[in-house]
Amino acid sequence: MTSALALAVPGAVTFDPEPAHIVGTGGAIGAVVRHWVYLQFSSERFPWPTLAVNVLGSFLFGVAVFAGASESTLQLVGIGICGAFTTFSSFSVETVQLYERGDRLIAAANAVGNLALSLAAIGVAWGIVSMGPL
Amino acid sequence: MAADHPLVRLETLALIGIGGFAGSNLRFFALGLISEIQAVLLVNILGSFALGFLVYEAQYSGLVGSKSRTVFTTGFLSSLTTYSTFAIQSALAADPLLLVAVVAGNYGLGFTAVLASRALARRLRDGSSPATGGETA
Repeated sequence: MTSALALAVPGAVTFDPEPAHIVGTGGAIGAVVRHWVYLQFSSERFPWPTLAVNVLGSFLFGVAVFAGASESTLQLVGIGICGAFTTFSSFSVETVQLYERGDRLIAAANAVGNLALSLAAIGVAWGIVSMGPL
Repeated sequence: MAADHPLVRLETLALIGIGGFAGSNLRFFALGLISEIQAVLLVNILGSFALGFLVYEAQYSGLVGSKSRTVFTTGFLSSLTTYSTFAIQSALAADPLLLVAVVAGNYGLGFTAVLASRALARRLRDGSSPATGGETA
């Protein structure tokens, strides 16, 4: 996989960005891509976009962790891109709104589903990384 | 309405990107200050409270403009809070007790924060009550 962020290779380039800039750059990417997902898949009945970004982002973060990514790659991909791509605030507000408009079962399914599918995605990430030489 | 003019869309994307930069940066800063589990818990509670307040305030009173709200919530708040780090922490929790604490903490306090922000938005709508001022900055 893309283990080599060119800027993370010591000595290869003199460009050595601050960790906060790496995280922030990843965060900007994650936020813009999440916005795009919400524009494409928004639904009145069920908060699909939030579920999608949370499961996908957890999977990608899992891949980075289990592949033994370097610290700066984890900052860019994990804390930055996946951290901003996934969201807890939208999840919690949407769950409360589902509950208060009477869809209590859907609210519970949303709360359990986000966690169960994200954990499953992390498990799949672990399986993929440990099976194949990346 | 010229809301879908390419330049407007570009401006929205740029603002969301800037919000994402700032939100993830603040989360990173919190990760450096306190333990990672506490930091994620803290940003998720604060972000849930802030988003809940803006959403319910818009529903009840609508003082904050819709476009600025979208940019702030989608860009900044949703990037400040995170689900993936929380999920990783749950998946890698060393013992079952820690797993329960992480999940119950984020879910329980996150939902509570939304309910608290709803109560605050309702109080604002019902007019500034003379008692117990101070929390409405």
